[in-house]
Amino acid sequence: MRLLHPENVEDIALGAAVLGTGGGGDPYIGKLMGIQAIRQFGPVTLLSLDELDDDALIVPTAMMGAPTVIVEKLPKGDEIIKAFHALESYLGQKITATMSAEAGGLNSVTPLTVAARLRIPMMDCDGMGRAFPEIQMVTATLYGISSTPFAMGDEKGNSAILNTINNRWTERFARSLTIDMGCTALIALYATTGKELKQWGVPNTMTLVEEIGRTIRQARTSKTNVVEAVRKVVGGFEVFKGKIVDVQRRTEAGFAKGEAIFEGVDEYASQTLKLHFQNENLVAIVDGEVVVSVPDLITVLETESGEPITTESLRYGFRVTVLGIPCHEKWRTPAGLALVGPRYFGYDIDWVPVEERYG
Amino acid sequence: MRMGVDVGGTNTDAVLMDGTKVVGWFKTPTTPDVTSGITTAMRTVLEQTRVPAGEIKAVMIGTTHFTNAVVERKRLMKTAAIRLGLPATECLPPMVDWPPELRNTIGDHKYLVHGGHEFDGREISPLDESEIREVARDIKSKGIRAVAISAVFSPVNSSFEERAAEIIQNEIPDVSISLSHEIGRMGLLERENAAILNACLGNLARAIVESFRKALVEMKIVAPFYLSQNDGTLMSADFAEKYPVLTFASGPTNSMRGAAFLSGAKDAMVVDIGGTTSDVGMLLRGFPREASVAVNIGGVRTNFRMPDVYSFGLGGGSIVSQEPLKIGPQSVGYELITRGLVFGGSVLTATDIAVASGLADIGDPGAVKGLDATLVEQALDEIQTMVETAVDRMKTSVEPIPLILVGGGVILVSRKVAGASEMVKPEHYPVANAIGAAIAQVGGETDRIFALAELPRDEALAQARQEASDKAKAAGADEETITIVDVDEVPLSYLPSNAVRIRVKAVGDLALGTPTPALPRSTGEGATPTPALPRQQGREQPPPRPSPASRGGSE
Repeated sequence: MRLLHPENVEDIALGAAVLGTGGGGDPYIGKLMGIQAIRQFGPVTLLSLDELDDDALIVPTAMMGAPTVIVEKLPKGDEIIKAFHALESYLGQKITATMSAEAGGLNSVTPLTVAARLRIPMMDCDGMGRAFPEIQMVTATLYGISSTPFAMGDEKGNSAILNTINNRWTERFARSLTIDMGCTALIALYATTGKELKQWGVPNTMTLVEEIGRTIRQARTSKTNVVEAVRKVVGGFEVFKGKIVDVQRRTEAGFAKGEAIFEGVDEYASQTLKLHFQNENLVAIVDGEVVVSVPDLITVLETESGEPITTESLRYGFRVTVLGIPCHEKWRTPAGLALVGPRYFGYDIDWVPVEERYG
Repeated sequence: MRMGVDVGGTNTDAVLMDGTKVVGWFKTPTTPDVTSGITTAMRTVLEQTRVPAGEIKAVMIGTTHFTNAVVERKRLMKTAAIRLGLPATECLPPMVDWPPELRNTIGDHKYLVHGGHEFDGREISPLDESEIREVARDIKSKGIRAVAISAVFSPVNSSFEERAAEIIQNEIPDVSISLSHEIGRMGLLERENAAILNACLGNLARAIVESFRKALVEMKIVAPFYLSQNDGTLMSADFAEKYPVLTFASGPTNSMRGAAFLSGAKDAMVVDIGGTTSDVGMLLRGFPREASVAVNIGGVRTNFRMPDVYSFGLGGGSIVSQEPLKIGPQSVGYELITRGLVFGGSVLTATDIAVASGLADIGDPGAVKGLDATLVEQALDEIQTMVETAVDRMKTSVEPIPLILVGGGVILVSRKVAGASEMVKPEHYPVANAIGAAIAQVGGETDRIFALAELPRDEALAQARQEASDKAKAAGADEETITIVDVDEVPLSYLPSNAVRIRVKAVGDLALGTPTPALPRSTGEGATPTPALPRQQGREQPPPRPSPASRGGSE
């Protein structure tokens, strides 16, 4: 157990962009909210899984909506409070803690606001160990945990609790309601017991993203190699170093899809890497051979500054280093691969663990 | 004739132009107060060319006064920020992410009130006029006379910001008000920040405009004067008093516009090598490409139109250090003419390298005769690498593109730059920036969301073009010369409506009493929608414009 202060939040947001693997949304607004809430309500307690009681009730929280709207209609800050209370009376139990559903991107920091305001702990774990685009893509799904009852709330004080027959309906109802709420909402889902969470939670990911952020910050201050420092702390592999020479994009069914071509430099000279992305980086192919694919993480960092590059900002001329990072073992099961493997995203390839190629 | 002036970090340049012809120019060190450097440059040009002051029909000035004031936290007004958005936005009040010392300088006066719109035009909550009146009284009692007003989704519906401004103006007659929708774009914090910066520069803007006025009178110049904006067009003195932030980054823009004029190129890469730094930017249809991400000014995130410029530490005064070999970012700046080796000084600079290699004949070449030939060669390689890396960074594709080199430090680059289809060092390159100011046109821009369910695309485009042209005319453009130079059409994703954001920019020559120069002008009249550059989805794709028919669930 330890306390999170504003400076911890800065590091968490910085590190979350690395595990965001190009997607997950800009943590900027979420970071500011977390820092403000801590200033106002005091530091947030971060609790590790082994400190958790088996009968505790943990509810992950997240922000839902169009990124365009999130940066314009900023939240009030207490959107989720009413929804939380409604959920508590529905479940007949007090909520003990909240947590992040995804450690990458904006929603790594969203639960901080909730935890600070309700003065409940935030768990040092998440449901992905990275970022993914769809509601069911959490390790909870692999353990039969339902996303419902699904609570959501807006800044006006409206709240709703959804009970659905499957995640498809959850997604559908949540989307409609979000639009009515003005295209942004705070959501709470995958309510779970302490005993269950110890099985499905991806442990220590908040500490990991914070460590990544701190590593980047310190490497920048001491002018040492940021990319190499990040690679070490995430236990990843350098897959490629080069320059972006082409980026193709298109929007399909609400996803920003595309491919980027990287031309190698130094020991990668004369090699070419093709990166496929759909919101997140999904498949990396070097000279026709798949080298990393989901669910393993593909992170693109600017070679000089170590700045993580999102799929939206991939652009000709960037000098980048590509890291391959092993995903959590829960994704490396047949059920995990069926949920988030390359075939789910439409790539007819077999997943090969990144460490088998580079380890 | 027109006089163009541009203030850079190292030098202030003035140029006198007769139509498209450069009559004379002068470069002088930028002074701490900025204005005296400007008058020195102008006066010297008039003396050297012996052109009577009465011949000057317009004066165009690109100045760094306002950027400097923000960066140095000087001469800023106490400012109140009012945001209309409650109950939304409460957790992040205005100026929340500002450097504390800047926030304190302008007083940290912030007010959150009800109002604002949803993405689809619904009201978040109704405007509460008595609430705003109360805020106005509080502001008045504190003696604050600068106010910035922002409202959620004001780029989509500006009515609340406008009504709030009326109420406040009524309560505080001598207040000056900045409205966020007139300055920034989608993204509440960044747009609000730009409006607050604009508001706190109000007094300085009035003082600067007044000092320019006086200086012109002293020089017996009776012509109107204009300030350069960061989009490459001009604003009148009256307009400048209201929108000082629009001058931010006008320097790089002026250089690029000058480079376009001097070379005749419309689509090209421009490298402006100054005394201490170099700026690289890309010209699209004769104008600088705009930055698509938040731009940080003095520690404050803003999102209004700014040229997309990459700066790096290479200039004529860059200090060359050895073991390991390094060029810049330290520079002797304007002291090059006393501290550089070829000028009898003792510091090895990039200019000395150019002279030693025979690329330039400045000062005393004998002073660099003893330089190690390998060192000179390696330094030239390093300079070449710096330029090539920067150019490549700003390119959008692997296709070779014309490269225009301007600025006093052009002598540093002689070899062909990789990625350039051709290299142009136009005549008068040292003062391309002042020329860019002198030849600037006036413009009008419209940036709106159209719901194509109600208005066919052709009509929406026509309407946007008309609006932009009307605005250019209102800004002082000669109607005959107005052309559309940019049409940008971005379909909006993520949101349930067939909506498109259309931005159109029109420019025309200043309507002066005398014939204006024939400027290199893009034939934008049939301009097709331009392919959008890679953009940040979160920022560049605002939601649909509100309209009665699309309210409540249009699909």
